[in-house]
Amino acid sequence: MKAKSFFSRAAAAPHIVWSVMFIVAPLLFVLYYALTDPNGAFTLSNIAALPEYGGTFFLSISLSLIATIICILIGYPMAYFISRAKPSRQPLLLMAALVPMWINLLIRTFSMMAILDDGGLINTLLGTNLHIVGTKGAVIFGMVYDFLPYMILPIYTVMSKMDKRVLEAASDLGCNHFEVLLRVVLPLTRSGIVSGVTMVFVPSISTFYISQKLGGGTFELLGDTIERQFANPDTYNVGAAISLVMMVLILLSMAIMNKFADEDAEGGMLP
Amino acid sequence: MKIVSKLYIGIIYFLLYAPIVVIAVFSFNAGDSTSVMEGVSLRWYSALFEKPELFEALKNSLLLALSSGLLATVIGTMAAVGLARMQKKWMKSSVNAITKIPMMNPEIVTGISMMLLFVFISKNILGNVEVNLGFFTLLIAHVTFNLPYVILSVMPKLRQMDKFLPEAAQDLGCPPWKSFFLVELPNILPGVISGFIMAFTLSLDDFVISLFNGGDNFKTLPVLIYNYTKKPVKPDIYALFTLIVITILLLLVLSNLASNRDERRKARAKK
Repeated sequence: MKAKSFFSRAAAAPHIVWSVMFIVAPLLFVLYYALTDPNGAFTLSNIAALPEYGGTFFLSISLSLIATIICILIGYPMAYFISRAKPSRQPLLLMAALVPMWINLLIRTFSMMAILDDGGLINTLLGTNLHIVGTKGAVIFGMVYDFLPYMILPIYTVMSKMDKRVLEAASDLGCNHFEVLLRVVLPLTRSGIVSGVTMVFVPSISTFYISQKLGGGTFELLGDTIERQFANPDTYNVGAAISLVMMVLILLSMAIMNKFADEDAEGGMLP
Repeated sequence: MKIVSKLYIGIIYFLLYAPIVVIAVFSFNAGDSTSVMEGVSLRWYSALFEKPELFEALKNSLLLALSSGLLATVIGTMAAVGLARMQKKWMKSSVNAITKIPMMNPEIVTGISMMLLFVFISKNILGNVEVNLGFFTLLIAHVTFNLPYVILSVMPKLRQMDKFLPEAAQDLGCPPWKSFFLVELPNILPGVISGFIMAFTLSLDDFVISLFNGGDNFKTLPVLIYNYTKKPVKPDIYALFTLIVITILLLLVLSNLASNRDERRKARAKK
């Protein structure tokens, strides 16, 4: 018995050492850089400089919130319809909705340029001269297009596990289709929505490729600012301060979100 | 209802796939344009063979995915085994919480946090002026974000396994390490393999973390694509995208066929 417990403790040891060195320590370095100047002396000036970026924070949060809400509005009915299809056809329908998850984000985002760009397909086909790329709408569109599958998957996972007899009971007791959806299905799938929201919101708020391409460089989001700061060693410290605040904001909102989810239900974060 | 749901699903599929189809069509363009078809040719596909850096990057990506996937699978499987038997509750839950940080944090924060660690070590401990980012820093970064996925896919298999099996083996005189390889590993192997496949694909797909932790002398394919798409592109990049998407689709179909056959075999065995 002793030998076994020694073996099992040793088994987790490499991982524990690895996590401390490469997960915990790097985060401490973000804190360290946020609180020092390029020479390594303690300073609060990086934190004090943050209000300058208030507009960027506000823009990033609002664009990713709008994208997340649109993803719920589009993804929820999609998950619902797939879960109501013939059971034998569901895997294929779901698969078709999830294939984009496997395609690299750079490819998906850049392929949108082929359609939306000034000389892109929409303008060529319609013979118009619309400037879509460079608008905030285009960035929101990009976020929705890129991250919609991440909303569909967890909602579908929870829906397919739902006890169908509950729905039958509700309609037997006089609920119509819409009432069943609103008063039975929606509350039962809350945990799926919560995981979907985190899986869409977190990559949206921190993106820089979508805003670089579809935003056309006309405005900056948090991800762009951080990426720019880390391209130059002199501004690592400000970049670290922004990253730190963004991380704390995200972790806080995730903690609040999880309060809304049923604690025992797993939201199906993974396929 | 039926027609509405079919129409809805159809429209979403159309929107999800339209940009990629447009890319694929224009990759066969005989002209230089990415919006006006001037005839059909394969010239942009043959143009890809004149880009040696492309094959270099592909080789780098595969090498990195394979090595980080293997290393993460070994460390992660050991960690899962150790965690499953860990006696101290607080230790177990804190290791679990730390492990999941890279899954919850925005990729850009994980990326810059590790970069700061490498920068600090090379500047203050190794005494280099320039930080030497390359294969090894990428390997460390990729193993770190792959570990939680490996652990999460091995854990359920450990839970399903009869806990008395390794104990029985040890009671019969089997040393712990031998009982692991002869009794436990065969039982959890499906989880280990799917963990590896997941780590491998995540590593191949990663762009944000690689951007911050790789250098000019070791570029992965997504980082190279990022550099390509900084400037206006020619249809050769579309040809590259098309080839990548076709490869992914083929792999997905193959893995689906394999798992279907597996399930059918299992169903037959049950009869």
